[in-house]
Amino acid sequence: MAQITLDKLAHSYLENPKTDNDFALKEIDYVWDDGGAYALLGPSGCGKTTLLNIISGLLVPSKGKVLFDDRDVTTFQPEQRNIAQVFQFPVIYDTMTVRQNLEFPLKNRHVPKHEIAKRVDEMIEVLDLSEKANLKARGLTADEKQKISLGRGLVRYDVNAILFDEPLTVIDPHMKWQLRTKLKELHRQFNHTMIYVTHDQTEAMTFADKVVVMYEGEVVQIGTPEELFDEPKHTFVGYFIGSPGMNILPVNVVGNQAKIGSHSVDLKGSYPDLTGKIELGIRPEFMSFNETGVGIPVQITGVDDIGRFKIVHANIDNIEVNVVLNEGESIPSDPKVTLQTSRTNIYQNDHLVRPLVNERGT
Amino acid sequence: MLELRNLSKKVGSSIHINDVSLMLEKGSLNVLLGATLSGKTSLMRLMAGLDKPTSGEILMNGVSVLRTPVQQRNIAMVYQQFINYPAFSVYENIASPMRVAGVDKKTIDIKVREAADLMKLTPYLDRGVLNLSGGQQQRTALARALVKGAELVLLDEPLANLDYKLREELRVELPKIFAETGAIFIYATTEPQEALLLGGRTVTLHKGCVTQFGHTIDVYNNPSNLDTAQTFSDPPMNVISMRKQADQFVFSQGLVDCPKQLLGLADGPYSIGIRPHHLMLKESKSASLKIEAPVSSTEISGSETFIHLLQGDLKLVVLTHGVHRVAIGDQIPIYIDPSKFFIFDQRDALVSAPSVGVA
Amino acid sequence: MEKTYNNKAWLLVIPVFILVALSAIIPIMTVVNYSVQDTFGGNKFFWVGTEWFTDVLRSERFHNALGRNLLFSFIILCIEIPLGIWIALSMPKKGIWVPVCLIMMALPLLIPWNVVGTIWQIFGRGDIGLLGHTMSLLGIDYNYTNNIFDAWLTIIIMDVWHWTSLVVLLCYAGLVSIPEAYYQAARIDGASKWSVFRFIQLPKMRGVLIIAFLLRFMDSFMIYTEPFVLTGGGPGNSTTFLSIDLVKQAIGQFDLGPAAAMSLIYQLIVLLICYIFFTVMSHVGSDKPLEEKAE
Repeated sequence: MAQITLDKLAHSYLENPKTDNDFALKEIDYVWDDGGAYALLGPSGCGKTTLLNIISGLLVPSKGKVLFDDRDVTTFQPEQRNIAQVFQFPVIYDTMTVRQNLEFPLKNRHVPKHEIAKRVDEMIEVLDLSEKANLKARGLTADEKQKISLGRGLVRYDVNAILFDEPLTVIDPHMKWQLRTKLKELHRQFNHTMIYVTHDQTEAMTFADKVVVMYEGEVVQIGTPEELFDEPKHTFVGYFIGSPGMNILPVNVVGNQAKIGSHSVDLKGSYPDLTGKIELGIRPEFMSFNETGVGIPVQITGVDDIGRFKIVHANIDNIEVNVVLNEGESIPSDPKVTLQTSRTNIYQNDHLVRPLVNERGT
Repeated sequence: MLELRNLSKKVGSSIHINDVSLMLEKGSLNVLLGATLSGKTSLMRLMAGLDKPTSGEILMNGVSVLRTPVQQRNIAMVYQQFINYPAFSVYENIASPMRVAGVDKKTIDIKVREAADLMKLTPYLDRGVLNLSGGQQQRTALARALVKGAELVLLDEPLANLDYKLREELRVELPKIFAETGAIFIYATTEPQEALLLGGRTVTLHKGCVTQFGHTIDVYNNPSNLDTAQTFSDPPMNVISMRKQADQFVFSQGLVDCPKQLLGLADGPYSIGIRPHHLMLKESKSASLKIEAPVSSTEISGSETFIHLLQGDLKLVVLTHGVHRVAIGDQIPIYIDPSKFFIFDQRDALVSAPSVGVA
Repeated sequence: MEKTYNNKAWLLVIPVFILVALSAIIPIMTVVNYSVQDTFGGNKFFWVGTEWFTDVLRSERFHNALGRNLLFSFIILCIEIPLGIWIALSMPKKGIWVPVCLIMMALPLLIPWNVVGTIWQIFGRGDIGLLGHTMSLLGIDYNYTNNIFDAWLTIIIMDVWHWTSLVVLLCYAGLVSIPEAYYQAARIDGASKWSVFRFIQLPKMRGVLIIAFLLRFMDSFMIYTEPFVLTGGGPGNSTTFLSIDLVKQAIGQFDLGPAAAMSLIYQLIVLLICYIFFTVMSHVGSDKPLEEKAE
């Protein structure tokens, strides 16, 4: 267990990086708490795997330092950092049985035999692999193999952190569910620092206590799932998190009102005069159709029914928006939408702007 | 129209496809939904003609195509791994089927540009395929399938290797693009959400058998058996074993009055399926069944919370809107409305499903 | 839009058919013919059934030659397979030296076999050969023409020099296809180099090793040109392998019957051993994983 500090860390795959764009990973300063569950979330190419490999030691950064507790481990190899890593596809030793796979890391560290037996037995129980413990690992299903990969990390005493590189990629949706829940349980049980890289926001949000959202090599926001959901600091975060993502509408802001085309919407606070690209962000869950005829008229372009709710695709003056309809609700014949005032966010040049004074006085 | 009659495929002693009969209309969008190894790819390969069935018939527009080799069938197939000709540019990749068929240069150019435009690849036409991102490579493969003007388009989990958000975008575009060609569109996936978002009709597969075929939302609302219900449910449907006795359902944690519409059911043991979002945290008049169980874990995804409960052999998952913080080990009550029960008999066949459209 | 599809391709294959018929099928049938007939000369043949076969199988000469072949193949495999694996492991996987190494490995394979024999024949000569001369300078008694041990040693070294590259190239191909993640995981598990070899590299090379083994066994068992050019079967008949013996009988002694029978028996032995080996290797240690079924 260790606290991981990133000190002015940056990385470029080029020999002589000059501009910001040459860096695959832009400068980052952060402290990861001991025992926390973190997710690195972002689209392909955003730098999350680069960051993970720097933390694990498979990559040495061009700039900056990595510290485990207070030790500078920047140039240390993975085996010297005492970390465990679970990869995208299950990595197991084909010729060994499940049990032997789990014993392997302990044997290499010369742990006494009875200790090995005790730890491995415990791990087999925890991973629900008791029935298959003595079968050749090669014959197991994908999710069982991933559990073995994970088990090899957990079985060690000296693990500082466990790093996951999109581990559920090859797993079926049904098993994904179970494995995700299992990971969460294991985190609670063993309390290791866990860092989980993914591009799937559901995985990130359900697993992590804190999510690090990355975009084009930069850390855009770090926060709890609720913070990211309620107050995304950047329009990218709003778009990326939530399915469907946040609606972003170009507006004009005057005081505590926003004008979308010819319609006015109440905002949650008063804003100063803003210049540049001004947009309003509101999640589809916080827009609703109004029965009483008040609200902004919209044109419906399509409806997706996913069982427990419906996504209504609509148009406000040619700006596309999505509205979530709960099960059982229906669309009125003359559709008008209202926005929940407390859930509106204003963005200037893609960055969140805080209101001067919240209408509710907070 | 594509018709499959009693199609079976056996490899050695294992049955990959078991007596499948389907009729797929021209211009329809069909989703093949099933877990990995349920037979989706096997079925698609049989439809394409890449494999020969052990028994059964495949008819295209009333004519048997079993003897027709793949090259002569008018089909296009796109795979999960973005398969393109690595040595060619995007333009050449899209043009390749037409070059093989000997179409003239001018037509090729028009059609390639059309397809590239639909797939938003126009700025990349001259690039080597391997220099593109995953999403763009898959779009190239899709464009190549598009220009063939095939009658049957088979997509085998084409978006599975793509980023979450990219998947969302393509999922909306794809059906629209292929609908215009009038082809029979078959899309295999393991994710129920994708099936629901694509719409059209769904074929659910379980261990090589077709368990149900119908409008997607109908299959969702009225799964013909427990396997289909589970296949079509993410997170998995909660299942509780109950026994009907006179006008009550009895189970390990208590009992509940039988709803009026179910009174006619025979007494006996049943499997009751309840969707996770029908388990409520707040009491209400219609939610007459109350179960108290300790929390085993919670997951918060920003807009929703999943709460797992474990009591003896009763495992439940609750899905609620918003953020609810509960501690592990807390005993919390949940309320269920019996009219939301899916009732499956001892042979796992559906006996009753909740009616839809009622608030 | 349909791709053109017809049977014209068969016409393209006819020349190959004719070639194979002339160079392989007809000659083999001729051999079979000779193996069941005898002659007193004058091109008149009469049927003797399996007499030649029983004769050959009982003859001491045949047994000795067979023994030599088995011994030779055994030694060759024991040297070339581990050596090949070791060289493949040492070769770089990335960078500018890769093509250089690959070309160097391929060179011995490109040399015509009788040239190989000739090279080593001259190389080993005591008067003008580099090896032979160096040996005599060092005071070592080396003469492959009249010392059995030296003859065997030279043939073995010659074969190793000639053919190890094949094993190297096959193993290299197998190694290069192992994903980086396996090595990374092994580092994280704290595995030693030997463990990495034993548990990751060797299992993943199984397929190519089977092929390498089969190819080397078949080729070494059937070896003819190189030892023939080098020692002609001598000294005495210490390096007379089955193939050399066969040719002596057929062409030297003109005993077509026994030679034909022997060649057929020879061919069957090779087939049998390969079949057994391949079946055993395919089944051992490869219980089919549950996901082997097609999706």
